[in-house]
Amino acid sequence: MYPDSEVSEFISKNFVPVRFDVRKDAQPMERFGANWTPTILILDSDGNERHRIEGFLPKDDFLAQLKLGLAHAAFVGKRFDEAERRFREILEQHPDSDSAPEAQYWAGVAKYKGTGNGAALGETAQAFQQRYQDSPWAKKASVWAA
Amino acid sequence: MAIEWKTNADEALSQAKSGGKPLLLDFTAAPM
Repeated sequence: MYPDSEVSEFISKNFVPVRFDVRKDAQPMERFGANWTPTILILDSDGNERHRIEGFLPKDDFLAQLKLGLAHAAFVGKRFDEAERRFREILEQHPDSDSAPEAQYWAGVAKYKGTGNGAALGETAQAFQQRYQDSPWAKKASVWAA
Repeated sequence: MAIEWKTNADEALSQAKSGGKPLLLDFTAAPM
């Protein structure tokens, strides 16, 4: 597992990593509500689940998902500047990943929450007219279009 | 860089809380 050094370094740098071998002990799956393998849960430092990855993903999508988890944890912790920065990093570093449209949506929301400036939502709707037009997140952002 | 996996959830939760760091929980059935 995780033969890629970039993935290993990212996990080591950003998380307290815990691995459960569910063949030997299934109890952690019940405790944390995991129902399938592989499953990755990202919890904030208080132990609250903030993101869930179920099933295998290629490297680029997996890294983007890990970053999405960090960004969501920052967002829920009301660290909106950090959240926006992390969401935009996904757009810059993993623009072709399945996580990118979600990151674009939440980057706008984080900017709005951090600044109180409603224009951030309109800018996000505009951005979806340029990129990821066919994603479900574009539909969600369409309500913000002027 | 090899990941230094922990296997005790409660110890990891305590470490995360004291260090202000998020946790990554990996549930696997693959050979380790």
